[in-house]
Amino acid sequence: MARRLRWLGMGLAWLLVLPGGEVAAQDGDLERGREVYDRWCASCHGVEGDGLGPAAGYMLPRPRDFTRGLYQIRTTAGGEIPTDDDIMRMINEGMPGTTMPGWQDQLSRRDREAVKDYIKSFYPPFETMDEPEPLDFGRAPRANEERIAEGRIFYDSIECWQCHGDAGRGYGPSAPELEDDRDYPIRAVDLTKNWKFNGGGSVEEVYRRLRTGMDGTPMPAFSDLVDAGFMTDEQLWNLAHFVRSLAPEDPPRVREVIRADKVEPGEVPRTVRDEAWDEVEKFYIPLVAQIIVLPRWFDPAIDGVWVQALHDGDEIALRLTWHDRSRSPDPAWMQWQERVIEVMEPVEGDPVEPAPRPDRFAVQFPPEIPDGMERPYFLMGSSDRPVYLWRWRSDQDGAEPARARGMHEVEALSGSIEADALWEAGRWQVVLRRSLEPAADDGRLRFETGVPIPIAFFAWDGDNAEEGTRGSVSSWFFVYLREEAPVSTYVAPLVAFVLTGGLGLVVVARAQRRERTLAEGAEDDPDPDVGPDTDPDADPDPEARPPP
Amino acid sequence: MRDAHWIFRILAPLLILGLVVACGDPDNGVPDEPEEVEMPFDMETAGHVQGMVMYEGDPPPPEEMDMSSEPDCADHWDEIPTRDVVKVSDGHLGDVFIYVKEGLEGMDFPTTREAVVMDQLGCRYTPMVIGAMTGQTVTFRNSDGLLHNVNATPEHNRPFNISQPVNMDTDRTFASHEVMIPVRCDVHGWMRGYVGVVEHPYHQVTGQGGTFDLSDLPPGEYVIEAWHSQLGTQEQTVTVETGETAQVSFTFSEDMLGSHVPLGDPIYPFRGNHAAHEAGDQDHDHAPMAPAPEGR
Ligand code: HEC
Ligand code: HEC
Repeated sequence: MARRLRWLGMGLAWLLVLPGGEVAAQDGDLERGREVYDRWCASCHGVEGDGLGPAAGYMLPRPRDFTRGLYQIRTTAGGEIPTDDDIMRMINEGMPGTTMPGWQDQLSRRDREAVKDYIKSFYPPFETMDEPEPLDFGRAPRANEERIAEGRIFYDSIECWQCHGDAGRGYGPSAPELEDDRDYPIRAVDLTKNWKFNGGGSVEEVYRRLRTGMDGTPMPAFSDLVDAGFMTDEQLWNLAHFVRSLAPEDPPRVREVIRADKVEPGEVPRTVRDEAWDEVEKFYIPLVAQIIVLPRWFDPAIDGVWVQALHDGDEIALRLTWHDRSRSPDPAWMQWQERVIEVMEPVEGDPVEPAPRPDRFAVQFPPEIPDGMERPYFLMGSSDRPVYLWRWRSDQDGAEPARARGMHEVEALSGSIEADALWEAGRWQVVLRRSLEPAADDGRLRFETGVPIPIAFFAWDGDNAEEGTRGSVSSWFFVYLREEAPVSTYVAPLVAFVLTGGLGLVVVARAQRRERTLAEGAEDDPDPDVGPDTDPDADPDPEARPPP
Repeated sequence: MRDAHWIFRILAPLLILGLVVACGDPDNGVPDEPEEVEMPFDMETAGHVQGMVMYEGDPPPPEEMDMSSEPDCADHWDEIPTRDVVKVSDGHLGDVFIYVKEGLEGMDFPTTREAVVMDQLGCRYTPMVIGAMTGQTVTFRNSDGLLHNVNATPEHNRPFNISQPVNMDTDRTFASHEVMIPVRCDVHGWMRGYVGVVEHPYHQVTGQGGTFDLSDLPPGEYVIEAWHSQLGTQEQTVTVETGETAQVSFTFSEDMLGSHVPLGDPIYPFRGNHAAHEAGDQDHDHAPMAPAPEGR
């Protein structure tokens, strides 16, 4: 959707720019703002600005209701109206982690200004109130280990963990109950994924959110603590540094090929905790909502998985790591499930009932390694081209091999896949293991070394009412089992590039564009030496590009 | 000068530092500090309203609050605390916000000076319902010494959401009339409180005995409203005569449970009145305003 909007946006910007130039800005601009708004914003934010556009029911968080004058990302004190610059920034850059797109490249500057004034007009007090003063945020002190350690102490004593959890993954004891100002369920942000922060993931932005709070959400403002002398401003900065340190230095970059290195025979790790995994490279695979096959689900809880792979010429093992706020079914999250079901459209097919559901995960392969680009349909194949699955669920030992001819036609195969799983502090880790040779020739993949093997992933968070077609999915990626002799690092990506053809170009182009933006943002980072020592998910690759 | 008042309220902290920014009138340096409490009518003529709020039928069975997620709170109570949302004793109803809804239009009352306190005690708001005058200091107190956040979600005032991880007080004011403003703690989902904000001092919250007492009203005819968080609202008209005490009583009943409970309805259109009252003057006072400056 975002991509289509972008194209449409460019078209519109072009049309408007042509005759625009000379027309005097001023009076006509509110009218112009209305036109821009009705065309580009109303589908989500509603013609009346009440946040109830036709598309609103398909997203959480819901689009902003402009009639209340509440803005999350401000430079002004908690509860105050934002400055014009604050609003412009959100219009320009959008809000990561939500459906709110950025419009900088789509709309002309004048249109963006006009639409900003127009959305302000939905809240009449903007007219009578003076433009508020932004707070003075000072400058970030340089991060260092002591600061981060002190920040940790405050994280504990101010009890950020009540919502965000000890390890920051958004699973604190209060997390299942949180609601926003309009009573919609809202998740405590996973602090280890700073690229999804609504207002930006740099230490400066985190500090600002702590000072100002995020109006309309449960995330409170902490300025009063500084004013009351409970902590100093510097300590609040240290807390921000600690929060920043929970996330990797750069967002994980997405690569097409998961490399499976070869280990000595018999050395394939069997358990989640095996230290051998520490040395194995992690590949981040973004997961998105399954919104193609009915019934669809627009609010999946799992947005990515880190994959590690090893083989010894005889067996292959994958370690999958994903963040999940609960070990489903968890009774504490039952009411979250009820609330999410209540507010998420669409109701398609049988209505979803709140129920204790396990977490699930599936790894998908073609039944055999294809010669060229031909692969089964990525959503569990089709009647003529089935796929081969490893299905894991949190309430059973082991995992199950299966064959699917589409998401609604999955049949179990005999035998099982070795599995070891652990949920801890808002994170699942699962090891799945199988011999390279299939147990039977009934559509189970024979793994081979030295060729890229298509692979795709599915995840379901039971406590988020996910099951069947309601969950998150990836597109096809590749897993590449290295042969004896270590191949040049460049071979695997090259193979992928050839195989994915034009798509590769798009990925590269996107990565480059993103890198430029990151490079600008990177200056924010005061001390690149302070690495993410707390999160093993960290992918410190400097060429990172964030998931789409 | 109304302009200046408004600016001063925003800039109070700066002013205290001696940075006189606007207006330049040193005599006006201390905002909102009326020399004498001066009522906009002759106190000699005042009359009173007294009354009682009754409840008929059985109150809903008390709901236990599950505080297991916060053992420190649970420890505060000898037995499992209940969500006393319909507080009845001897047929008398507590936690009802009573206020003059109509009849005082066009009068400017001096802001009540004492702060009104809403405490967080044993992970409950105490009292659960409070009333305040516009501009009056409302103190949110944390006596629990563990993390509470005070998340006020008004419709017509500016919202706020403050964090209180230790024993502390945080002061806020509300600029606009609003009955009622919900307050909640996101850390302890069971905590709900309500603040009624009106532009005059004639408001009260009933206690256990269900009684209320609005004294020293100018003579006239008034609409008195009673608001309850579960039972909705009721109105009564009453005439106040000099030196007399008019009696009013409200009766809520079991079958009103689940009625529409207005929250944040601007029931008293002061804005319009003031505009008429002081024609030509920009009405900044009544624009919803940010929290009290001492909070920043
Ligand atoms: C695809 C749906 C969608 C479209 C289209 C969209 N928005 Fe949004 N917008 C959102 C959502 C969702 C949020 C709230 C995100 C949150 O609460 O975290 C939001 C929030 C905002 C905010 C609030 C920022 C803050 O600090 O709270 C502004 C301003 C905004 N949008 C402006 C616009 C404008 C202007 C347009 C049109 C040019 C637009 N949006 C188009 C979905 C959309
Ligand atoms: C009462 C629950 C609660 C508490 C306590 C809390 N948070 Fe949050 N926090 C949230 C919620 C909910 C969000 C998500 C808001 C959204 O998505 O719009 C959030 C968002 C954030 C964000 C992301 C900002 C962004 O731009 O998206 C950061 C960083 C953060 N919190 C840090 C902290 C820190 C540090 C503390 C302790 C000092 C803390 N939080 C305490 C509930 C809480």
